Amino acid sequence: MNPQNIIKKIKDSGLIGRGGGEFPTGVKWEMVKKALAKKKYIICNGSEGEPGTFKDGFILHNYPEELIKGIKIALKTIGHGSAYIYLRKDYYQKFKESLKKIIRVNNLPIKIFKKQGGYLCGEETTLIQDIEGKNFIPQVRPPYPPEKGLWDCPTLVNNVETFYYIAQIIQNKYKKTRFYSLNGVKNPGVYELSEKLSIKQVLEKTNNWPNFNFFVQAGGGASGRILLSKELNQKTGGVGTIIVYNLKKTNPTLLMKKWVDFFFKENCGKCVPCREGVYRLKQVLNQKRINKKILMDLLFVLDQTSFCPFGKSVALPFLTLTKKVVQSK
Amino acid sequence: MKKKFQIIINGKKIQAFEGQTVFQAAKKHGIEIPAFCYHSDLKIKANCRICVVEIKGIKDLQTSCSVEVKPGMEIMTDTPRIRKARRINLELIFAQHFEECNDCVWESHCQLLKLAKKQRLKTNRFIDRKKDFPVYQFGDALIFDSSKCIDCYNCVEMCEKQGVGFLKTKNRGVHLKIVPTKDKNKDCIYCGQCIVHCPAGAFEGVGEFEEIEKPFQQKGKLVVVQFAPSIRTSIGEEFNIPLGVPITEKLVAGIKKLGVEKVFDVSVGADFTTVEESKELIKRLEGKGKLPMFTSCCPAWVKFVEFYFPEFITNLTSVRSPHIILGGLIKTFWAKKQGIDPKKIIVVSIMPCVAKKHEITRKELKINGLFPVDYVLTTRELAALLKKKKIDLKKISPRKIDTPLGFPSGAGIIYGATGGVMESALRTASEEITNKPLKKLEFKQVRGMDGVKKAKIKIKNHLLKLVVINGTGQAKKILKELKINPLAYDYIEVMACPGGCVGGGGQPVPVNLEIREKRAKGLYKVDRRKNIRLAHQNPIVQKIYKEFLNKEEKIHTVCHTKYSQKKKQGFKILPPGQH
Repeated sequence: MNPQNIIKKIKDSGLIGRGGGEFPTGVKWEMVKKALAKKKYIICNGSEGEPGTFKDGFILHNYPEELIKGIKIALKTIGHGSAYIYLRKDYYQKFKESLKKIIRVNNLPIKIFKKQGGYLCGEETTLIQDIEGKNFIPQVRPPYPPEKGLWDCPTLVNNVETFYYIAQIIQNKYKKTRFYSLNGVKNPGVYELSEKLSIKQVLEKTNNWPNFNFFVQAGGGASGRILLSKELNQKTGGVGTIIVYNLKKTNPTLLMKKWVDFFFKENCGKCVPCREGVYRLKQVLNQKRINKKILMDLLFVLDQTSFCPFGKSVALPFLTLTKKVVQSK
Repeated sequence: MKKKFQIIINGKKIQAFEGQTVFQAAKKHGIEIPAFCYHSDLKIKANCRICVVEIKGIKDLQTSCSVEVKPGMEIMTDTPRIRKARRINLELIFAQHFEECNDCVWESHCQLLKLAKKQRLKTNRFIDRKKDFPVYQFGDALIFDSSKCIDCYNCVEMCEKQGVGFLKTKNRGVHLKIVPTKDKNKDCIYCGQCIVHCPAGAFEGVGEFEEIEKPFQQKGKLVVVQFAPSIRTSIGEEFNIPLGVPITEKLVAGIKKLGVEKVFDVSVGADFTTVEESKELIKRLEGKGKLPMFTSCCPAWVKFVEFYFPEFITNLTSVRSPHIILGGLIKTFWAKKQGIDPKKIIVVSIMPCVAKKHEITRKELKINGLFPVDYVLTTRELAALLKKKKIDLKKISPRKIDTPLGFPSGAGIIYGATGGVMESALRTASEEITNKPLKKLEFKQVRGMDGVKKAKIKIKNHLLKLVVINGTGQAKKILKELKINPLAYDYIEVMACPGGCVGGGGQPVPVNLEIREKRAKGLYKVDRRKNIRLAHQNPIVQKIYKEFLNKEEKIHTVCHTKYSQKKKQGFKILPPGQH
């Protein structure tokens, strides 16, 4: 199959990026393909930093050949390129040998890179900074990586799961499924199911519908939104993570403190709303009586004015939790 | 040609260009958007999140500094949503910025205060988180009060751009801070570009503004003030005088009103520098000494060479900088003429520069045990002092400067702009070499604001390969070239600051390319209007050479110096409340 046909096939499949950004994969590939440059890069993003999310690890463990196949297709399609598999530290330890073996057998220009930074390095411009040996700080976009990415070359960054499905699409095995990470349920783990399923259906199909009053966090374990059990007729979104919380037993303030600790730790410090806002958010939550006005003001600027998706994502869980769970109590 | 198209800002149709940011397009049409981390000299960082605007079709607010215009784009720059976001972000910024408004380089031009007033932000719901952050001092030149820092990293970028990298960021998240590096291979050169690129006034010169009166309060001393070439077209900005208008005689009047008896012009010192430097250039061209010859009137550049590139020390001309020569002449030639004990003279230089505060402490400059210059005040410091004494340079009647050291040639004036030293030396050296009057005095090839200007000029049988550099980052590249090709050039002028002294670290803020250009243009205008435009034709220069500088030894003592490899001076942390 020639590159044009491959890109067309990916576009026709309707595949969207599985790293949480939900950008149409075929369009991204076309951008990198069309960019004029002597050298191009392909990066497989295996930084998987959202709490409660482990589907990329699952794929790395169970389907490494398929993953490499996906990257190989990208190398062939994009041309003039070499690739990196970017792995968080524990994945690097666990999977580097098995991946290297497959790369060697296939004689492919793929290097494995051990992630140095934290959660933020899942964001593509920050990830590129990390590979370049710079500070893990997100960069101004445009230029977008497909135009100017790693070492200023056009760069394709796709998630582990996305590359896995590329291989499925080209082999005509893609059945419009995705991987779900399930937490707080009877049978936790990773499930590959239709991407069209509602959260309710996912919980039912996996025999995980709770027999207690509950709410869920859907999309990601830190940045995902909060939904009540009656609101589950919608798709999971994000990186496909579902966390079930016991409505009665969960203390919303403690949950918010847990989130804020995560965001506080992972914060890069670049922009005002995120650096200062998360710090003040932590202070607000540590007071005996939470000042709702300040809380809402901080969430407003985080949502509206943060530099990168990380800061923007802080607000959603807090807003939805306070609106739905705190008020219902 | 860049594509032109229409956009709409606040309901008004506006012509914009492809590649322009929303911020630039708005500014061009008189729509001011507040911004702190934006500086036209630097890359777009979009850290402060103050310049946010609404763009139709995009859900979240966008930073106008980083978003490029597109045809038909509809932008709002002031809506309740924008005001709310700005107010909260401003509150967060103020909660990290420990205010000391009565002692700040930004004074009445402070962007933070201006926005606070506009937003009617009176109280802050958050406690200052940086109030116990350290205050650093770099050498004798600079203060960095990190309790005022708003983490925009303009200073880090500027320091990097200067090829210095003394300032760096440390840690991440809320623990992120800007610190001087402990790397022993990096040291501050005192250019002060951090000062003029910091939106929050976290940097200042040593003594700024606590000690501005000190030089004038010495009992039983005669205070002589000399001001640098570039001051005359920059200090006016502090008094609402239009950009770049030269106000030499108003400046003299202002200084005299402070009770100062004698006011001289550093440009006269520059004329001596020119004469000596062109002599040295000719000597070196004749094979006596190393080529290329580097200028040395910029003390930040000298420190840059002494610390980072000591292998080039012998390339630096041994000629002293203008205010050091003039200070020396004041305490020798002039003191003798006046019958005053030089120990009783206090020489105060008004300079566009904080590195000059360091320069005057160099021991090798002493003449008969005395430092030629006792105090350096920056342009900003003098302006602050004048304002404190309610002296308004806009309203004051001009006064004549004092004889004999107040009357420079035009060549001495243009020292304040990048290329000026080179041009002055070329004027004098040309006449010296050809023995004929120079027909065309302007060397326009070395003028202008480009970081590196190269020219080849033929004088008799010499084809001179020249480079004029502004910014030490640019100089680094040329020095690296010289390591490979040592004879690539004959004569190199370097000024550490963009635009030369007009863009110096002691100059009024704000500063940018347009302002530097206007300040420089003013100086060239003064030069054009002078009858005497060559340093060696200046009568006072001729007189002093005849009467006083008539022996090699004397010339050497007053006009020349030496340099040596420097170890890292680093920084010290000042005890709280002591700066």
